Order: sequence, then structure tokens, then C-alpha cells
Amino acid sequence: MRTTLSLGILGLWALFGVSAPFLPLTPNLIHLEQILVPPAADALLGYDDLGRHIGERLLVGARTSFLVAFWVVLLSAALGTCIGTLSGYRGGTWDKLIVQLIDIFLAFPGILLAIALAGLLGPGIGNVVLALAAVGWVGYARLARAQVLSLRHREHVMAAEALGSGKLRIMTRHLLPLMAAPLIIEATFGVAAVVIAEAGLSFLGLGVQPPDASWGAMIRDGTRYMLVAPHMVLAPGAAIFAVVLSVNLLGDRLRDRLDTRSASRGVSA
Amino acid sequence: MKQPLLKLDKLSVRIGTGPRAIRPVDDVSFTINKGETYALLGESGCGKSMTALSIMRLLPQPHGQISAGQISLEGTDLTALPEVEMRQVRGRRIAMIFQEPMTSLNPVLTIGNQIGEMLRQHQQVKGSQARNRVLELLDAVGIPDVRRRYSEYPHQLSGGMKQRVMIAIALAGEPDLLIADEPTTALDVTIQAQVLDLLRQLQRDTHMAILLITHDLGIVAGMADHVAVMYAGQLVEEASRDRFFADARHPYSQRLFESLPNIGKRDHALKTIPGFVPVLDRDFTGCHFAERCDQAWDYCRTQAPAWDITTDHHHVRCHLEDRNINPPARTVKEEAATPHAAVASETGTSLLSVRDLKVHFPIQKGVFKRTVGQVYAVDGVSLDIPAGHTQALVGESGCGKTTVGKGILQLIRPTAGSVQFDNSELTRLSGKRLRRRRTDFQFIFQDPYSSMNPRMRVGDIVEEGMIAQVIGNNRQERRARVNELFAQVGLSTEHASRYPHEFSGGQRQRICIARALAVNPRLIICDEPTSALDISVQAQILNLLKQLQNELGLSYLFITHNLSVVSYLADRVAVMYLGRIVEEGPVASVLENPLHPYTRALLSAVPQIEPDTQREIIRLEGDIPSPANPPGGCHFHPRCPSAMPGCRESYPAESGDAGHRVRCFLYN
Repeated sequence: MRTTLSLGILGLWALFGVSAPFLPLTPNLIHLEQILVPPAADALLGYDDLGRHIGERLLVGARTSFLVAFWVVLLSAALGTCIGTLSGYRGGTWDKLIVQLIDIFLAFPGILLAIALAGLLGPGIGNVVLALAAVGWVGYARLARAQVLSLRHREHVMAAEALGSGKLRIMTRHLLPLMAAPLIIEATFGVAAVVIAEAGLSFLGLGVQPPDASWGAMIRDGTRYMLVAPHMVLAPGAAIFAVVLSVNLLGDRLRDRLDTRSASRGVSA
Repeated sequence: MKQPLLKLDKLSVRIGTGPRAIRPVDDVSFTINKGETYALLGESGCGKSMTALSIMRLLPQPHGQISAGQISLEGTDLTALPEVEMRQVRGRRIAMIFQEPMTSLNPVLTIGNQIGEMLRQHQQVKGSQARNRVLELLDAVGIPDVRRRYSEYPHQLSGGMKQRVMIAIALAGEPDLLIADEPTTALDVTIQAQVLDLLRQLQRDTHMAILLITHDLGIVAGMADHVAVMYAGQLVEEASRDRFFADARHPYSQRLFESLPNIGKRDHALKTIPGFVPVLDRDFTGCHFAERCDQAWDYCRTQAPAWDITTDHHHVRCHLEDRNINPPARTVKEEAATPHAAVASETGTSLLSVRDLKVHFPIQKGVFKRTVGQVYAVDGVSLDIPAGHTQALVGESGCGKTTVGKGILQLIRPTAGSVQFDNSELTRLSGKRLRRRRTDFQFIFQDPYSSMNPRMRVGDIVEEGMIAQVIGNNRQERRARVNELFAQVGLSTEHASRYPHEFSGGQRQRICIARALAVNPRLIICDEPTSALDISVQAQILNLLKQLQNELGLSYLFITHNLSVVSYLADRVAVMYLGRIVEEGPVASVLENPLHPYTRALLSAVPQIEPDTQREIIRLEGDIPSPANPPGGCHFHPRCPSAMPGCRESYPAESGDAGHRVRCFLYN
């Protein structure tokens, strides 16, 4: 039930994320007579401070958060896994350097670094993705490295070495498939973190620029009218909440499914 | 006279419910008398441990339950006892020791505390009285320096010592019955001999009965008064020890004896039991063993044999023993025991020549990883293996024998020494040239399951080496070769698309052998390839290895602790102790006329199944020292029964003729 609901919410999010530009929406059309009008029958989520349709802006904003989440997780997971795997498998000086680098990144508040980077690069979705991926890879690298360290001394890896398999083949065939499960789980939780981070950056004005819509930017605009028109904040807030909660629930479920220890519940004699 | 202590009457156990419930124990009845040792013998998955656990009422919950039958301990039915009273029986009347002493002790409590807990629970002894009793118990199980050991933690003890502590805990309740579930399987032979001696001596002193669960016929021969053979949840034979070893009646018991390797069977293939133990998740209509029995006929498959008394309290569950049933005249197909051609024994140029191989591991400490010492895992080993020969490397755990194997194959880079394979030096090769060379030598691991990638299909696993070594031009050619290899190691080609976890232990080892063969090696290093397998399956694998050697002219370096396997398979044997070879020579010469005191002790510690052999029993004291800090002089002198003052001074040089070398001052 929970899984179905989460999947449904995420499905809608992804659907609007992909299809928003093709829908007959007018999120930037200003209705001057409708400024701050609360939800009613003709606009289920009401209008904002410039008289724009909040429901339509929410759908378009879904696209921003979806694209950012997708690209950031993809980039940082790929980068982090590569760096972590190489570092763990090769060892030596290279590994020591990477570990130091990871420690430095972890010691520094990630969102602060992203803010600094986004500020340097200038506003825009592309730069938000770059800034978040630049801090996001560290978690995957650490996880991948730890996995490799525990897997590389397994006998099947030694057997592959004894057969004369190359390093690349050992990494791709004997290490990566076995560490996929924890990395995928980490990635699902990463999606939730990125959605919030993007909203945060947009809230600070570092993400999408007006008049384009993003959930974080909508909250930022809404805070100024919170007492007279709370629906301006509540709608995007509820959207972020629903997406993040669904992703986390799904991540938990995935972890239970992929964890072999809890999956093998067979009775043995 | 003999008083019965524990009586099992038609005991059946079910795990789970419904038609697919596992039936690990099915209609088992036996009686253990006071003060005697009753051995339960069988392969893994036959229900031995489940029988023991049901006596203790410790079946896995919530699925396991005793579905029928009675267990009576001097008249008290344990199956009907309330849990509160049952707790008084456990530990107080019946105690149990397990196979893994490493995991059955609590790592965060001192051993004194753990033994004392039993005393408080069952004897109501407290304070200094309890402490004294614990010290007494530790002393009784032969632990030296008891006052210091009292306050030590399990990780500070060796495996043998831990098993002694487990026995002390069991003895604390002064039980009438001790259940020992494979008590020595995880221990080395010399330590195993110590623990078995201890059990025998304790039994003499306390008159407790022992239910000994084991798969080792040698241990049964040395320990038991009565023997019961268990197969697929049922007892198939029960007799006194002497009778069982003189005249085993059930076909399964007979096959067990025949599948034991020994020196007399060298020139033949071992007789094996085809197939493996059936899954116990259904009701059997006929005899449980019928599928694997070479004497079975149709009647066996439809009618279950009764648990009959033949003569003299010798029970056998087999139709052949029933006088009212006439078995069909058997076409005696005397399996022409495929004679193994004696391997060409010309000692020409050696294929592999190892000189003074050393593998040291640095011990690093502190923030800056300073090297504070070395573990001398392998410390100067020299070996020669001619083409087509089998060299065995024998030793106890921790002596460095596996490291020798990995050092030779450059899986661990040696610290010093030379490894010449076919006159080319391997220690200097690296990178791609070493990888190409790996086609000539392969490794077979002890645990076939962990040496296979669980996410790959076994066909791909076997094919992997061919891809790495560029054997075969395309996928079709490689696949054809995979099928060929599967047939060669006795697997069906349709198995290729399955995953490793779908196979039994013996089948997995066959897959590993096929993987090694795929690159057409000339030398295979086998690291304890059969020690994780049951006796009957071990025989299958040994036959396969021998047959492959004859067909392909392979050389083997056979690393093992099992001397009977060595006597069956090897041409020459080297005995290792703490990183060095102490004795090396032809198998017959070393095993029949051992020179080094360690070899002699090792040989005498192996449990033998011939009860009448007059053997000089040599018992070694103490544990194997750590290779990080080997004793000065001859490494063996602290445990050596014939140590001389000179042995402390220096390591003995090699002596003896070229055929049979030994490193001991007795022969200098």
C-alpha cells in the first residue's frame, strides 16, 4: 500500500517533470485581478502575488526539481563510484590522497560549499546541478571504497586474478555487480536530499531565475505573504514533502529487498 | 549392569508446516546407557544435529517442533516437560558442546565468569567457593596456568583452549549426559587428539554418558561404545563398535568405508556413492537410500524397510536383512575398478622448482604505520614438482601452507626466493606478462562457494578464464569448450545457465575444477579441495582429480591436513611446521617411516579405523606458536618429545638422502 502510494507520487512527479513543456500551461501569465486569491473552484491552488496560477507553476516547478534530482544523482553516483572503486582497488598513495580529499569534503558543510559554488558559477539550473554534484560524489565514493575493500579479498576475486583477468574486468565483473545494491539504496536517499537542496538553493535565489518556476523559489516568494496568503507556501511545501517522503519510503523498501540477509528467509535443515 | 539413561522412542521432528515441511528426524529410536559413549555418524544434512537439539528441546523456533515420539531421561518424558523444568535439565542433566568454539563463547565475558555462571545457575555455589570450583574445572580440562586464564577473554585463547573451556562449562553442571556435536571438526589433528583424550579421561572420572555426533569414522572407532549411522533423517544401522567395524551390514555404511581414501587404494578409483543426500521436504514411500543404493531393486522404492533386529542387538534398516524378502538375483556387475595407470615416475626436469621461498608480512602499528615486526608465514621453502606428479604439502592450520601456494602463483608476492616454472622465473614477471603466464598454473580453493562470483552464471564463470587468456575465437567456440569441460568434470551441460547457489558442495567444487581446466593449465594447486565436503563426495572429487591427471598429465600441489587423502593421491609429501618444511620424501617412505618427531606425532594423532593397530601414540603438548614470534632454534623444540639442549640453539640443517629429507638434529 505504502509502496504503491509512493510509486504513484513519484510516477506523477516524473511524468510532469518530463512532459511539462508540452502541456498547454501558462505559468507565467499574470492575472492582475486575481492577486493572492485563495484556492477556489476555478484554480484549485489559488493565485500568487503576481496573480499567476499556483497549480500550473507547481507542475512546471516539478520539472525543475526532477531534472536537478535526476542529473545530480546520476553524475555524483557515477563519479563517486568510479573514484571510490579505483581508489579502493588500487590502494597506495592514490588511495591515501582520495581518502584525505573525501575527509576534507565531509568535514565541510556540503550545502555551504554548494552555495559558494553556485554563487561563483552564477545562477541557473545547469550550475545548480554542477554545484550539487561536486559535493554529492563524496558519499558514493566513500561507500564504494568501503565495499571494494571488503570485496577485494574475497576468493572469487583472487580466483579471477589467478585466471589472469585484467584489473578493469575484475572491477566491472567481480566488484561492481556485488556492490550495486548498497549504491542503489544510497542513490534513492540521495534523490530526496537533492530535491531539498535544490529548493534551498532556489530559495536563496541561486537556482532558477524569475519568472521560471521552481518549488524552492515559490516558497521564497510566498514567505513574504505567509500571513495573508498561506496557500502560496503550503502548496509547494506539500509537494516537496510528498516527493521526499515517497523517495525515502521507497528507499527503505528497496533496502529490505536487496539485502540478501533479510531476503533469504528459507528454512534449512 | 547397564542402566539406560536416555531413551528416544520413534522421535520425529518437523520444521515448518504443510506438505513442504522439512523432516530432519524421522522415526529415530535409540538408547544411551549410563557412562557409555554413543556415536551418531552421518553426512551433513542427515539430521544428526537436529536429533541432538530436539533432545535439548532447542529446535529452531518458531518453526521446529517434535511431531511424534518420546524422549525419556530416566523415565521423565522430556517432550512433555514444562519449559521451566526443562531449563533445570539443560546444563544440569544434559550439557552440550558445539562445533565452533569460536562462536559459542561470549566474547565480552571472562572465561571464569562464564563457567561461574553455570555454577550459580545449577549448583547454587557462590563467591570464593565458586571461584575455587572454576579453577578446579579449568584444571580438570587441562588448561595450564589456570589463575591467569580465569580472568582472560575468549579471544586470548586458541581454538583448542576454547573448546576446553566449552567442555569445562558443560562439566560445571555435572551432567549425566554430554552431547558433543562435532566437537573437534574445527580443530587441527594434534589438538583434536588432545581434546578426544580429555573427553575419554573425563568420562572415566565422572561416569557421564556422551552422545558424540561426528562424520569421522576414525573418531568413532577411537571413542564409541555404540555406533548409529544416520541417513536422511533415519537411523539405518546401529551396533556395538566392534561389531560395526567388523561387519557393517547396511549398504550405506559399507559405502562409507569404501569411499575412505587410504594408501592401499592408490591404484584404484575409490568407490563412491552417486548423487547426494536427498532434500527431506517430502514423505518417502520406500527406503530413503534407494536412489543412491547400488543394490536396490523395485521393492526398495515402494516399501519402507523396517527397523529390524538381526542378531546380537545389531539393527539394520534394509530389506536385504529381512529373511522374508527375497531380493532378485543380482547381476553382479563387478565394477571393474578402473585401474589408475601408475604415473610415469621418471624424475626428469621439474616443472616447478621453488627455492628458498619466503613470504613475510609486516606487522604495522601506530599512527605512522611503523613496522614493528614480521609474520614469518613462509620462511625458506624449497620444492620440486616434476610434470605429471602430485606433491602434497601437509601441516596444521597457521603453518603457512596456503601462503606457499599463493606465493608460488604470485597471488601474494614473495618476499624472497625464486619460483621457476618450466625454467622461467615467475617472481620477476609482472603485469600483462604474468597474466598471460597464468594459463599454465591454476588454483582450486577450499571453499568452492566463496570462490565463485554469486552474481555470475556458472557457464560464464568457467568461460571467464578463456576470455582472459584469449582462448577460442568467439563465443560459440568458447561455449562449446565450456560444455566439453562440464562433461569432463561430470556435470550436465544444462547446468551452465544456473547460479552457484543452486548447486551442492560437491558440484560446486566440480565447477571450480572446470574453471581451472578451462585455460589448459599444467599445474594446479589444490588448497584443501575436499575438506569442506562429506566423505562420499570427497571420494568423487579425488577420483575426478586422479582421472584428470591421467588424461591430461597435470601436476598437482595438494595442500591439505588430511593424511589419508595424501596417502591415496600424492607421490611425494612435504610436512610443514611454522613456515618451514621439516620433512619431505616419497609418500610411502614418509608415512610408513616418519623421521621427524613432528611427522610422527601428526601421524599418530590421526584417528584410525582399524581398532587393532598397535600404534605408538605420541601426544603433543601445547598449541602451535605464533609465526610472528617463532621459538628460537628448532621451531618445534618446545613441543618436541625428543628435544635436546642443542635444539634451542640453532635451526637444524637438512639431512638424509635426496629421496627423503628431514630437518632435525636427531639425524645430523
